[in-house]
This record gives sequence, structure tokens and C-alpha cells, in this order.
Amino acid sequence: MRLISLATVLFAFWLLLSGHYTTLLIAIGLIAVIGTVLLARRMGVADEEGHPIHLLVGALSYWPWLALEIIKSTIAVSRLVLAPGLAVSPRLVKVRAGQKTPVGINIYANSITLTPGTITVDVKGDVLTVHALTRESAADLASGAMDARVRRLEGGEWKVARGAEGGEGSAGEGEVGAARGEEGRQ
Amino acid sequence: MSSFIVDILTVASDVLIAVGSLVIVIGALGLLRMPDVFTRMHAAGMIDTTGAGFVFAGLILKAGFGLVAFKLVVLMGLLFFTSPVATHALARAALYGGVSPHLAEDSELDGMVEGYPIARE
Repeated sequence: MRLISLATVLFAFWLLLSGHYTTLLIAIGLIAVIGTVLLARRMGVADEEGHPIHLLVGALSYWPWLALEIIKSTIAVSRLVLAPGLAVSPRLVKVRAGQKTPVGINIYANSITLTPGTITVDVKGDVLTVHALTRESAADLASGAMDARVRRLEGGEWKVARGAEGGEGSAGEGEVGAARGEEGRQ
Repeated sequence: MSSFIVDILTVASDVLIAVGSLVIVIGALGLLRMPDVFTRMHAAGMIDTTGAGFVFAGLILKAGFGLVAFKLVVLMGLLFFTSPVATHALARAALYGGVSPHLAEDSELDGMVEGYPIARE
């Protein structure tokens, strides 16, 4: 199933980049796609980690939210850069990633890095070390809103599969108390 | 009527590209003004997310509905997936390479030093 979706995505990518729809080129594309999929299967990378297509639906609502966060923090960082005093107060903070899968933690860490003002510098298990540009950007992160969003993004299917809400929020107890509050409002 | 829509699209794409360019200029300025590697990366990160994002959005509107617009969307996606990886790799390399981050006085440095080769000044 995942192989079929991988093949579809790859073939769409091929069509997009070639822009020629003659029989010969489409046939060559198909051969290349089949070869790639077979290779990916042999290497064992066409799994839920290498090709996380099941997250796509959740991502469609996550990306606009992330884009808004990025724009908000860009404005904040721009203010800092343009202000005469350059009032930065850089710091390293540790945050716990409440996600259950490596893909989830990866998405969370990358989202932190994408947002101006915070960069994930190290990942050890589920503890992220983050370099924050100011006290405020560190506080934003500590509020756990992004963590909760990513957990919801990865959560969908898994929660249904487990048939219980019990697992929710248990991973990031304590430090992300605010995140659970946000989930409660849902 | 249709020329009215074209006008709106032209203006909108121009505005988006102008905003993106402004963000890139501010990011470049930040790159010069910030005190150390890590803080400079924050300014650089602004360029390849918001700056590039706005320029891409403007170009997509200019390209109109078609293959070029789709290619631009794909390019934007690739950029948004790869740039945090590059930024993270750079930051991690700097930290493990022994570059001491310039930290504010009120940050809890002590709890952080363990596990990292951060030199105390």
C-alpha cells in the first residue's frame, strides 16, 4: 500500500519535472519509478518513517498554522534586528518532545528550527536542546503550543488504532502542562 | 473585468515579492549585527523561511495556474523540508566543535554545560 503511494508520488514528480507527455518519456519514467520503488523496498526505507504519507491530512492543517507562527516570529526578530540596542538575550533551553514516533519528534525539531528565534541544536532521545534568541522566544516554546500541535498531527490515526485517548499527554508530563491545557479545549 | 483581476494579481505578487525582499535585507542586516554564530543563524533562518517563502508566493502568483506554478510549489516544499536540516547540522556542529554560545546573563548556563564542550569564560 505504502509502495503504491510512493510510486504515485514519484511518478507525479517525474511528470511535473519533465513536462513532456509522449509515450516514450512516460514509459522511461515508469521504469525509473518502478526501479526506485524496488530499491527503496530492498533498502527498507519505504516505511512509515521514510515515506510518512499517513501524516499528509494532518499536515494540511498544521502547515498554515506553522506558516503563521513563522511570520509572527519573523516580525519579532526583525524588530530586534532593526532596534538600535540589539536587545538579544540568547540562551539554551531543554524541551521535552511529547511525540511518540521518531517522525513526530523530527517534525517538532524541524518546526522549531524553521521558526525564527529558535534553533534545535541537539536531540537526545526525546529531549531537545534549543538555542533561543530571546527570553520571549524561549517562553513561547516552553508554553508547549507547538508540541501539542505536532502531537495532534501525528496522533490522528494512532489514537484511533489504539482505541483510547489514554496515551495522550502521558509522554510529556510536567514540563508541557500548558500543552495539555490547550488540548483540553479541543 | 478580467484585466481587473490581472491587475490585482500583479499588484499582489509585486507586494509579496517586495515584502520577501525586505525580509531578506533585514535578515542580512541581522547577520551582520548579531554577536555570535548561533544568534546569526537566527537571522539567516529568517531569510530562508519567511524571505524565500514570500518571494516564492509572489512568483507563483506571477506564473499563473500551470506547470511553472506547480514546480515553484514543489521547490518551496523542498526548501522548507531541507533548510531546517542544514541549519540544525550547522548549529550542532558548532556546539560540538567547541564554539561557546554567547549567552545572556540571566540564562541558566550551569545546567546546560554538562554534556557539551562549552568553554566557560
